[in-house]
Amino acid sequence: MIGYLEILGQEVYKIIFLLVPILVTVAMIVWLDRRVWGLVQKRKGPNVVGPFGLFQTLADALKYIFKEIIIPASANKVVFILAPIVTMTLALVAWAVIPMSEDLVLANINVGILYLFAISSLGVYGIIMGGWASNSKYPFLGAIRSAAQMVSYEVSIGIIIINVLLCVGSLNLNDIVIAQKELWYVIPLFPMFVIFFISSLAETNRPPFDLPEAEAELVAGYQTEYSGMMYAMFWLGEYANILLMCAMGSILFLGGWLPLMDIYPLNIIPAPIWMILKILFLFLLFALIKAIVPRYRYDQLMRLGWKIFLPFSLIYLVLTASFLFYFDKLPKVNI
Amino acid sequence: MIVHSIFFYFFSLIAIFSSLMVITSRSTINSVFFLILDFISVGCLFIMVGAEFLGMILLIVYVGAVAVLFLFVVMMLNVAEQKQSWFIGKKSTHIPTGLIVSVLILLELLVVVGGWKYKEDIMSSGTLLLSEISNTHQLGLVMYTDYILYFQLAGIVLLLAMIGAILLTFRERVGVKKQSYLNQISRNPSNAVALIEVKSNQGVKLDD
Repeated sequence: MIGYLEILGQEVYKIIFLLVPILVTVAMIVWLDRRVWGLVQKRKGPNVVGPFGLFQTLADALKYIFKEIIIPASANKVVFILAPIVTMTLALVAWAVIPMSEDLVLANINVGILYLFAISSLGVYGIIMGGWASNSKYPFLGAIRSAAQMVSYEVSIGIIIINVLLCVGSLNLNDIVIAQKELWYVIPLFPMFVIFFISSLAETNRPPFDLPEAEAELVAGYQTEYSGMMYAMFWLGEYANILLMCAMGSILFLGGWLPLMDIYPLNIIPAPIWMILKILFLFLLFALIKAIVPRYRYDQLMRLGWKIFLPFSLIYLVLTASFLFYFDKLPKVNI
Repeated sequence: MIVHSIFFYFFSLIAIFSSLMVITSRSTINSVFFLILDFISVGCLFIMVGAEFLGMILLIVYVGAVAVLFLFVVMMLNVAEQKQSWFIGKKSTHIPTGLIVSVLILLELLVVVGGWKYKEDIMSSGTLLLSEISNTHQLGLVMYTDYILYFQLAGIVLLLAMIGAILLTFRERVGVKKQSYLNQISRNPSNAVALIEVKSNQGVKLDD
C-alpha cells in the first residue's frame, strides 16, 4: 500500500508539472492572440499591464475571480455548473498523451491518437450542456450549431488521421513522430494538412467558423448566460483546446519534437523547444486567420464539411493506400 | 492487484448505478447524461481488461457521436413533458414490450456466455494481455482475414440503413429559396452592377 502511495505521489507531482505550464501557456497564448489580432488591424493590442502587456490575461483572470457568478433562475443548476467544468477538464486531460520529447510524456499509451480523438470528440458536451442548461434561446441555438459543426468536422479529421496512420502503422504518438524522421508528413500529405488545419479551426469554433458565438446573431452563443469564473473557464478551455489542436497538427504533420533537419546547429536544440516552436507556428496561423477572414454562413460551413472535405479526404485516403501498396511502402508490423 | 480490483469495482459500480439511473430517472435529459456516464465507465472497464482499442472506439462512436444525437433528439422533442404518462395510465404499452426485449437480450447473453464457457479455446482477455502484439494489430489481423466477409456485410447493412433513413425522411420542398454557390462565386461587377439613367416619373424596370 505504501508503494502504491509513493507511485501516486510521483504521478501527482508529474501531473502538476504538466498542468501548471499548460495553464500559464494558455494565459500567454491569449495575450499573443489578441496582440496578433491588434497588429493585423494596425492597433497595438493589450500593451499596458506588465512588459509588452504580458500580464493582461492574469489581470483579466483576477477580474473574473472577483466577479459574481450569476445563475439564471430558470436554469438547470447542476448541468449549468457542470458545463464549464467539463469543458475545462476535457481540454486539460488530453494533454496527458502529448509527447514533448521521446521521454517527456505523462502517459505513453498504445492508442494515443485514438485517445486524443476521443477526448476532442467529448468536447462537444461542455458546449451542449452549457447551451441547454441556460434555458434561453440564444445559448441553445449556439449550442446546437456548435454541436452539429463539431460532429461534422470530426468525420473528416478522423479520415485524415487514418491517412497518417496508414503511413505509420501504429497508433502510438511517439511512433508517429519517429516515423517522420526522414520526411515530415506535411510534404507527401500536404492537402491533408490543409484540410486538417481548416477542420481544426471549425472543431475549436475559431473564426471564420465561429458561428456558435456569432455576436451579430446570437449575442455570445452558448456562453451568453455565464459570468465570472465560469465564463473564464469556458474561455480557458477553448484556448487549451486550440493549443491541443495545434499540438496534434504538429505531431501528425510537422514531425513533433524532431528538429527541422538533423544537422549540427539544429539538432543540439532540445526536443521540447522544437515541439513548442511548431505549436507556436500553428497557433500564429490560427491567430492570423482570425484577423483576416470573414465569418462563414452556416450552410456554407456544412457544405464545406460534408461535400468537399469528406469526399476529398476519402479519395486521398484511397490514393495513399494504393500508393503505399503499389510501391510496397506499407509499414512493416513487428509481430 | 488490490488497486486493480479497487478500480474494477469502482468503475463497475458506477456503470451499474448509472444504468439503473437511466431507466429510473424522471427527466429524460438526465437519463441521457447517465447513459453517457455508463458508456464512459464501460469504456474504462474495457481499457482495464486490456482491450484499449475497443474502449477508445466505444468512447469515440457511442459517446462522441451516438449520444450526441440522443441528446439532440431529447432536447429538440422536449420528451420530458411526457414522463408522467409513460409508465402510469391505461395506455401504457411499454412494460410488456420492454419485458419481451429484456428477456430476449438475457437469452442471447446466456447463449453467448454459455458458448464461450463451453469452447475454451476462444480467445479470452488473458491471452490478449499475454501476447506481444498490440490490441489493434490483433483485431486487424482477425478482422481483415478470417472475418472479412462479415466485416463487409456489416458495412453494407449500415449503408442500407443509412440510405433507408434518408429515404424515409426525405421530402422535396417547393418554394424554398436556395443559393447557388457557382453563381455566387462566379459573379463579377460587369454582370452584377449596371448604371441606368432613370427618367423622371417613369421609374425603372429591372429584369433578373
